[in-house]
Amino acid sequence: MNTNGNTYTVVYSTVIVVLVAAILATVAMALKPKQDANIKAETICQMLAAAQYSSMDELMEIGNENVLVKYQENIKEAYTVNLDGQKVRDLSIDPIELADNLKAQNDNMKKGKADKVELPVYVFSKEGGDITVVPVYGAGLWGPVWGYIALASDLKTIVGAYFDHSGETPGLGAKIKDDPEFRAKFSGKKVDFSAEKPFEIVKGAGKDNQVDAITGATMTSKGLSDGIAKWLVGYKAYLAAGAQDCCLKESAECCGGESCGKSGECCGDCEGGCQDGNCQENCAGQCREVEPTNVEE
Amino acid sequence: MDSKLKETILNPILKGNPITVLVLGICSSLAVTVELKGALVMSLAVMIVTGISCLVLSLLRNSIPNRIRIIVQLVVVAMLVILVDQILKAFAYPIEKQLSVYIGLIITNCIVMGRIEAFALGNKPIPSLLDGLANGFGYGLILVIVAFFRELLGSGSILGFRVIPEALYSAGYMNNGLVILPPMALILLGCIIWVQRSIQKDLQEK
Repeated sequence: MNTNGNTYTVVYSTVIVVLVAAILATVAMALKPKQDANIKAETICQMLAAAQYSSMDELMEIGNENVLVKYQENIKEAYTVNLDGQKVRDLSIDPIELADNLKAQNDNMKKGKADKVELPVYVFSKEGGDITVVPVYGAGLWGPVWGYIALASDLKTIVGAYFDHSGETPGLGAKIKDDPEFRAKFSGKKVDFSAEKPFEIVKGAGKDNQVDAITGATMTSKGLSDGIAKWLVGYKAYLAAGAQDCCLKESAECCGGESCGKSGECCGDCEGGCQDGNCQENCAGQCREVEPTNVEE
Repeated sequence: MDSKLKETILNPILKGNPITVLVLGICSSLAVTVELKGALVMSLAVMIVTGISCLVLSLLRNSIPNRIRIIVQLVVVAMLVILVDQILKAFAYPIEKQLSVYIGLIITNCIVMGRIEAFALGNKPIPSLLDGLANGFGYGLILVIVAFFRELLGSGSILGFRVIPEALYSAGYMNNGLVILPPMALILLGCIIWVQRSIQKDLQEK
């Protein structure tokens, strides 16, 4: 048989390609449920790791079933909220919003479809106060970056974070996931809604709501920073309503009659109280400490 | 077993080792040898891909149109690589994450295409299968040796189990951070080539 004729070549390549496509499609479909279960378990691991239950490596070791058990043991409630901070949908039946779903919500926020936005919230019960885990999603250099930020019961202090990406450069952008030191920087930081961006990743971080960017991964850092800021703004109403710090609600007089400084601190019984949104002199004794930088604003 | 078949199996492991003698597949051998577990899975994946692709293409060898020969090879190899990746994703997810792009990059590994071109297209299916498996094994053997030393010296463990006693650490011993990084893998590889060449004198150039 002449294997070099044009007809033969075209028919041969067509048959090969169709055959290979059929094999791949069948295998992909057969393995999909198992793969999805893995991704779901990984997502739960990331949330648990963000909430500081255990390290990611340890969680991945214990296996999918045990991860689900650990999740069920610790989750208090899970639901979605809209931009006004109201609960929309209960997530207790299928509690995990995967990165794909986060993308859909991200698009809704980006395109201004405010009425369609449903942001997931996971509340874990833990000793020393509930931990609220909220996802964030943004665009890195090569693909999406996303992650989970765990907030303490004041809904302001970050207790931990975990980030993931689909294809950032290993050794540079991929450090958002691989570098434990980068993640550790988030612990103890505070979300500040009175600032221009509630949270930022910047070069030379100085403030409480800033974290140092990764050297050599400017675009990834910036993408993640923008993603965090955008999503936190989306959660603003929810976080502010639930926050024990009444000043987040941004009313002039909120702290049981005490007036409220611009920095989100209450100015209690003290000379001057609050003027022009700033705590006045001699307030430090009665009020919580207000950082000088904030007062100057 | 006749001597020709024996030669087919033994040659890629020692005299014609794809990494230490032909110096192919260096990229992935630097990238996945930080831990022994990853190196073992990668070796297995390469063995399966080279073995089966050599078998399949040897079966097809008389029907493949010469002009699209490379394309057909690529399609078959790519299919096998995707299959391996999908199966790992389903059954060994953390390892798949760890190996990340390097599983997908098996397709660009010169060993695979090299053996198909050089051997499988001109030989019967069974010798081709053995040749593919043996080359994959030769690749894997070096990977495992490098990974063994890198994990031992870099993390103080073997397959994730701590082998260097705590007492040694308190006496001042420290894991070598450089071994974790790719340059040290290259140096280790150089050492293996050195040892092999000093034993097998016929490999030395005049």
